Amino acid sequence: MDLFEYQARDLFAKHGVPVLDGDVIETPEAARAIAERFGGRAVVKAQVKVGGRGKAGGVKLAADPADAVAKAEAILGMDIKGHTVHKVMLAQTADIKDEYYVSFLLDRTNRTFLAMASVEGGVEIEVVAEENPDALAKIPVDANEGCTPEKAAEIVAAAKFPAEIADQVADVLQKLWKVFIAEDALLVEVNPLIKSGDGKIIALDGKVSLDENAEFRQPHHEELEDKAAANPLEAAAKAKGLNYVKLDGEVGIIGNGAGLVMSTLDVVAYAGEAHGNVKPANFLDIGGGASAEVMANGLEIILGDPDVKSVFVNVFGGITACDAVANGIVQALALLEEKGEAVTKPLVVRLDGNNAELGRKILTDANHPLVEQVDTMDGAAERAAELANAK
Amino acid sequence: MAIFLTKDSKVIVQGMTGSEGMKHTRRMLASGTQIVGGVNPRKAGTTVDVDGTDVAVFGSVAEAMKETGADVTVIFVPPKFTKDAVVEAIDAEIGLAVVITEGVPVHDSAAFWAYAGSKGSKTRIIGPNCPGLISPGQSNAGIIPADITTTGPIGLVSKSGTLTYQLMYELRDLGFSSAVGIGGDPVIGTTHIDALAAFEADPETKIIVMIGEIGGDAEERAAAYIAEHVTKPVVGYVAGFTAPEGKTMGHAGAIVSGSSGTAQAKKEALEAAGVKVGKTPSETARLARVLFEAL
Repeated sequence: MDLFEYQARDLFAKHGVPVLDGDVIETPEAARAIAERFGGRAVVKAQVKVGGRGKAGGVKLAADPADAVAKAEAILGMDIKGHTVHKVMLAQTADIKDEYYVSFLLDRTNRTFLAMASVEGGVEIEVVAEENPDALAKIPVDANEGCTPEKAAEIVAAAKFPAEIADQVADVLQKLWKVFIAEDALLVEVNPLIKSGDGKIIALDGKVSLDENAEFRQPHHEELEDKAAANPLEAAAKAKGLNYVKLDGEVGIIGNGAGLVMSTLDVVAYAGEAHGNVKPANFLDIGGGASAEVMANGLEIILGDPDVKSVFVNVFGGITACDAVANGIVQALALLEEKGEAVTKPLVVRLDGNNAELGRKILTDANHPLVEQVDTMDGAAERAAELANAK
Repeated sequence: MAIFLTKDSKVIVQGMTGSEGMKHTRRMLASGTQIVGGVNPRKAGTTVDVDGTDVAVFGSVAEAMKETGADVTVIFVPPKFTKDAVVEAIDAEIGLAVVITEGVPVHDSAAFWAYAGSKGSKTRIIGPNCPGLISPGQSNAGIIPADITTTGPIGLVSKSGTLTYQLMYELRDLGFSSAVGIGGDPVIGTTHIDALAAFEADPETKIIVMIGEIGGDAEERAAAYIAEHVTKPVVGYVAGFTAPEGKTMGHAGAIVSGSSGTAQAKKEALEAAGVKVGKTPSETARLARVLFEAL
């Protein structure tokens, strides 16, 4: 889960990383009191989870409280690369002498953590990595040893921070590591980390991404979710414990297992090339079990998506046998009809694996007018695409 | 032959007495696995009747190994306790630890991986968030269904459980030496490369099927490894061409970040290494069949 800048700033402050005073607002008028608190001047920053907001006009300097209101009004509601600005952060102005970069992140390739640091901050770090790789120090950090004072000193030396701020930067690195560990983060990044006119090191802007697998021991992370931005179908699926991602096509997808469902999306997209370019409408993994109730919940979400024109249920009976899955589909359709939710979209079902014959027979006997069976995954994808295009 | 797991493997189950652990202990026993014990400190000294087989419960992995000669552990404990369970297995220096649990925080996986390294990497770790591995007709350590395939010349390594089952089933007439589900998390123990190396060395394996998915660069690195070190024919499949950037697709590690981790890049890297890559799982099975017939 990626956080907004103001949320990252709050986590930095919580663990002692030096930040400037700031506050987040959703209405322009609220900017006035905050700017007054700062002594008049303020930086007004759009809160969007996408880079390049400065270039897009999402960061403005306000000269006085009235100007802060005007700037907030201009930025709120802006569209930055497809992200609408619902919140702006007002931050104290900074006297910037130098801009640096520091981060800790997961290094998947080497299965360890990595510190990155550069004295060339304030620009996109990918650009530095590309154009001047020697200016970006990359130091592995052992997950069990952590960012010790020695490790922090090593990072500072590798990135060639000036001697007069070496200790301060090392201290910030250790505090940033605390954020990384204590919050179960996948990324903590400060860009820019600045040296102010009076020689202080301050985190001016930051990015944090959190591990959703750690939610069981990070109960406060739930509050950081951007519920307003979540797609309503995704929110409804999440409330039912379903693994669902909304996409922009027309063929609703239900399958078991993340890999098989990803594969199903691809196969439907290929099949769609010959059928009006229809595409998958969603990712939905109902897991290995595929009980009637889970199947009903999944079908309910997908049939509730107005974009969906046909549904492809793609199940491989591995742990669960196909007869159980077929019963699940029949019961799910009955459950939905009992609830008064008319099922009007065609369902193409492909069952394979354990007891596939038995499962297919159950669906044949149930003889539901909207359910059609195809024996192979590729054939079923073709049929689902054809039906979606015909609607 | 087979890789990592054979008929002689003696398997214990950490978390056997939980509902998932018990369900799959039953299935592993039914598929011929030598299950020699379970681990649960609170139930040490008792035995559990698993469909007529008495399975002893030990207080620790080390004790179970001492009493039974176990060399494989399958871990079913909840995410909260997974790191401690793996660390216990590493401390006991068991040869293979198969971590089935889904939802392990990546800080915990990174910690037990670093710990294993610091202890000399004596324990091979598979997973987490994986279906385990099977050497059909010999042994089954995890949750892969045993009755959908047969013994044969294909070695399979995959990030995905159900795609493993799909390919095992489509190629069931040819059969498999071993099928290894390495898991869909960002940090996993055994990689595609580890399995490729083992299949290359295994005389019974004649052809290799490798299944990947979006996220990270494991497939690209596997492609480089294949070009250098693998002489047996390899057929590949990559899932997630239609996955949008920045969205996690079911598996914690299945995410395209910016321009990295895309299915297209992985497919291109594999093809450049001479791997035939299928467009769909069924086409992949057909490609494997064609290559096998040409052997």
